[in-house]
Amino acid sequence: MPELSYREAVRDALSHAMREDDDVFIMGEDIAEMGGSMGVTAGMLDEFGPDRVRNTPISEMAIVGAGIGAAIQGMRPVVEVMYEDFTTLAMEQIVNQAAKHRSMSGGQLKVPLTIRTQGGAGWSPGAQHAQQLEGWFVHVPGLKVVFASTPTDVRGLLWSAIYDDNPVMFFEHRTLYGIKEEVPDDLEPIPIGKARVHREGEDVTVVATGRLVHEALAAAQEAEGEGVSVEVFDPRTLQPLDEDGLVASVKKTNRCVVAHEAVTRMGFGAEIAAVVQEKAFDWLDAPIERVGAKFAPLPFAPVMEDYVVPDAADVLEAIRRTVARG
Amino acid sequence: MAKVERKGTLSEERLRTFLREMLLIRRFEEKVEERFRAGELPGFLHVAIGQEAVAVGVCQALDDGDVFASTHRAHGHTLARGTHPNAVMAELYGKLEGCSHGYGGSMHLYDIERGNLGANAVVGGGLPAITGAALAFKLRGEPRVALAFFGDGATNIGTFHESLNLAQLWQVPAVFVCENNHWAESTPAHQQLPIEDLTKRAAAFGMHSITVDGQDVEAVYRAAGRALKHARDGKGPVFLLANTYRLVGHYVGDPQVYRDKEEFRETRETQDPIDHLRDKLGVSEAEFEELDREVHELVEASVEFAKAGTDPKPEDALKNVYA
Repeated sequence: MPELSYREAVRDALSHAMREDDDVFIMGEDIAEMGGSMGVTAGMLDEFGPDRVRNTPISEMAIVGAGIGAAIQGMRPVVEVMYEDFTTLAMEQIVNQAAKHRSMSGGQLKVPLTIRTQGGAGWSPGAQHAQQLEGWFVHVPGLKVVFASTPTDVRGLLWSAIYDDNPVMFFEHRTLYGIKEEVPDDLEPIPIGKARVHREGEDVTVVATGRLVHEALAAAQEAEGEGVSVEVFDPRTLQPLDEDGLVASVKKTNRCVVAHEAVTRMGFGAEIAAVVQEKAFDWLDAPIERVGAKFAPLPFAPVMEDYVVPDAADVLEAIRRTVARG
Repeated sequence: MAKVERKGTLSEERLRTFLREMLLIRRFEEKVEERFRAGELPGFLHVAIGQEAVAVGVCQALDDGDVFASTHRAHGHTLARGTHPNAVMAELYGKLEGCSHGYGGSMHLYDIERGNLGANAVVGGGLPAITGAALAFKLRGEPRVALAFFGDGATNIGTFHESLNLAQLWQVPAVFVCENNHWAESTPAHQQLPIEDLTKRAAAFGMHSITVDGQDVEAVYRAAGRALKHARDGKGPVFLLANTYRLVGHYVGDPQVYRDKEEFRETRETQDPIDHLRDKLGVSEAEFEELDREVHELVEASVEFAKAGTDPKPEDALKNVYA
């Protein structure tokens, strides 16, 4: 089995699809010669040429909108929005256009567009280069939302996103690009809508996304030393959500912690908590705990950034709180 | 399509077809106003009375396989492209037989089979996808053109600038048709546009532009033909500025308190594109009445068709959210 970094895994899925299918192409800011601001598309220009690896102007509305137009014509474009923060510039095209064409046309149109973007704190990027906005898009019917946390997942899920006939918001985490993992020899598509249990446990389910999956695994390791058995559940796709898997896990452990890097208030964890209480209230032995960023624009100074953004210690604290109840 | 007529004058027969199309749109929209005021149509409506020559001239110049995006003022474009009045009217009544099967309404008329990629209720919202559709045609080597309709008001919004910039940069086969009716809803040109000649905006991107009298359907048809040929021949996108007049309010029921009454009356009397073509062709009163009767019957039949249409089931709302 080859070892791939998360970054290489994204590139591998893109390259694979582009080798097999002329309808797949990529466009975004600085993705050609420079290989993208995160180096994800490095080398792809050489293999696929400038028609299919397209540098764009700094023009998020047009990048996403042109992707919509090409997708409507039956191509499978993958557009890159350099930072999640910049999806705000393309919000009209994503929310009013991509998400709604199928419905507004009464089912005549489909928009097989993948919008890759990334974000994440931990390197003092300040308030406009690190937001975790994935929760916003879950609120929009018509969009699918994916947030992968490992090289294997990001490879298999990106493939599925490209071949999904709907617009997919595909979130990557800035600080995960370097992590490595052995991945299957052949690219194995991972279905959108299927969660992954990273670690089985008996006492508490930690539902975590993105970087917080790794923080949750570290916290689970610590908790084990304290005699607490933690299940780490990564939804991987936020829309559609694997509700059956989620509910089954909580019914087994009877306790639930939700953990993400996004701001806690109105974060995706709020929806997880709502689903759990609707479908597994009688199985819960304690209130659901939430772990997320504190309610502040991300400050620059490392000491303040660190204070705002959650990590393994915060997850461990939440695990301890829920176990201490009832 | 009738490319043989590119040189010389259009045949009288062809122009009479245009007249019929324009009259159909006019009578259709008048009927829509009437039915809306009678409380039969949900939502709200924008008609394009006065702008029929742009819709007909441009849509008649399109080839099979070409696609377009429309605006909130979409009835004319949709009818001019050949969508049956029954399907458009049924959509306005929210019926399954409508061209968007009751999901869209007046501001979201679609007809993919005829290349109508959708009317758009967000000003400028459809432009980026036209650049993208044109990119797809270019990448696939297809001799097709993607065309966007939009108003002068839309030239102030970011999607206009980003779309034209990208289209010109990538030399995609797109045509951007500005229906310059001199009003952004209630706001006159001088309050929303710092320049008079909107082709300067295209020039800023290095884009070829053509200006045409939007009340002269023959001129629009020829200009659109030139623009489409330019794009189709791989010479890059074109900005087509059609100067036109909205001879009604922004929306049905708009009291137009913002418009000078005398000037408006004069505009209505002098700028009706149907009158222009009728005079040009020397259509007699009797001939016109005959044509009008024929069109009127089609429109009446569309209302009957729509009223007899099928209401969606409430739970159909949850269909078509995902492919």
